Amino acid sequence: MLPSYELIYETYGTLNKDKSNAVLVCHALSGHHHVAGYYADDPKNVGWWDTMIGPGKPIDTQKFFVIGLNNLGGCHGSTGPISINPETEKPYGASFPIVTVEDWVKSQAQLADKLGINQFAAIIGGSLGGMQALQWSLAYPECVRHVLAIASAPRLTAQNIAFNDVARNAILTDPNFYGGNYYEHGVVPARGLRLARMLGHITYLSNDAMADKFGRGLRSDKYSYSYDIDFEIESYLRYQGDKFAAYFDANSYLLMTKALDYFDPAREYNDDLNKAFAVARANFLVLSFTTDWRFAPERSRAIVKALLHNRLKVSYAEITSTHGHDSFLMQHTHYHDVMRAYFDNIAREFTA
Amino acid sequence: MSTHDHSTLAATRPDFAAIAAWIPKGASVLDLGCGDGSLLRYLQGTSKVQGYGVEISDENIVACIRNQVDVIQGDLESGLSGFESNAFDYVILSQTLQATRHTEPLMQEMLRVGREGIVSFPNFGYWRNRMNILQGNMPVSEVLPYQWYDTPNVHLCTLHDFETFCHDNKMSILARRVMTGDSEIKLLPNLLGSTAVYRFKRAV
Repeated sequence: MLPSYELIYETYGTLNKDKSNAVLVCHALSGHHHVAGYYADDPKNVGWWDTMIGPGKPIDTQKFFVIGLNNLGGCHGSTGPISINPETEKPYGASFPIVTVEDWVKSQAQLADKLGINQFAAIIGGSLGGMQALQWSLAYPECVRHVLAIASAPRLTAQNIAFNDVARNAILTDPNFYGGNYYEHGVVPARGLRLARMLGHITYLSNDAMADKFGRGLRSDKYSYSYDIDFEIESYLRYQGDKFAAYFDANSYLLMTKALDYFDPAREYNDDLNKAFAVARANFLVLSFTTDWRFAPERSRAIVKALLHNRLKVSYAEITSTHGHDSFLMQHTHYHDVMRAYFDNIAREFTA
Repeated sequence: MSTHDHSTLAATRPDFAAIAAWIPKGASVLDLGCGDGSLLRYLQGTSKVQGYGVEISDENIVACIRNQVDVIQGDLESGLSGFESNAFDYVILSQTLQATRHTEPLMQEMLRVGREGIVSFPNFGYWRNRMNILQGNMPVSEVLPYQWYDTPNVHLCTLHDFETFCHDNKMSILARRVMTGDSEIKLLPNLLGSTAVYRFKRAV
């Protein structure tokens, strides 16, 4: 149990008089509160969903009051393993409790209370963020009118958990991990985190996208016949791994992957997802991407089936995209048309 | 695009009014191959139905959402496995039957998922179509607007053909409405009707 916690959040647009235009954006594994725009003093730091959110964009901040936050346990300003435990005056490290999607949604509901928002117009997220949006509809059915679950799943498959566990093992077996208390040793388990990210990154792309972007392209004309970098894809993955390991906290990464693994609302209903969604009241938009094999379209269709069973209002689109799981972050005309059409309808509910 | 006046819609698609007349208020409806969602929007207005559309085309998915019609993207040819048995009062296949490849299993699926099925299709036995054939050409008309080389219609049939099909597949026809334009045809329907709408259920 944490004695107290802080959440960092950003808002865009203006909350209307009756506070009916609020949209909560839940982030995925490596996301944070900076979802759109850039800072005056840091114009290169563009929000991770800037293609989707902003003035005139599908989630139009001229109509909606958009909130992005960093989840509890994250490493971008909200209380997490890297934060100082006021009782010990040292970073929490290994003593930071495991948090679940349910915990996150509870903490998000407390944030909503602070902001005086009784009901969100919409709660939206991709991947792990989609799970949080779904969880909102179960934990606080009256507090959200529309739930948008994009490239998400009602629970992970064994294969998906397996990927997470390899990623965790890379971190846990890094000699610099020190059981999670690496901060006090003045090191970070960068090798493990880098490997974890490299593996993750492969699973977020599709075979075709990788073939298109890199093929068997070489960095120089010849094979080196060594273990140095030969292929462009090696160079790309190592670069991505290094970049990620330089700013992300390994304990946060462990915690986020565990939250993914544990999420399973059907578990307490004898694995009956239909029963799990019986309490939901929101309207839903479920989207998946054709080449996403980490959160495959059939996982989204399982959500849709449970929503249909409960006679909830739901639309589902399967977006043709070559970019695998990462598609949900990409600029894509049809995907954005669907989102814009859906959000235009939501906007009509409170401007009318 | 986003708003359709009921009376205009009924005039351009007379089968809509025929279908609406059969559907009681508050019924649950699944519209297969729902296009831009016009029929469901119409039925939401006339019969306060609770409905979903199924549509394959990206463009129509966006159109349905703009029409405030719930739509599930999917391919009818791969069946209705995403839908539970007896989930709907009515499953509708409006002006789509003739373009389906696996017509027989799809008709069976309609009656698995719904209590009753409603199908509308262009009557290939309509006299103008027969005339075209006699003159040596494939029919092209308002209800069959395609040339032989670009038509999506792979399973055209006449009223007789459809009724035989239902009989052979143990489906009983509950009602039929045959039309040419917006007038109902009662005399020699297989010859004088250009479109037909049927309501049917599993024969017991």
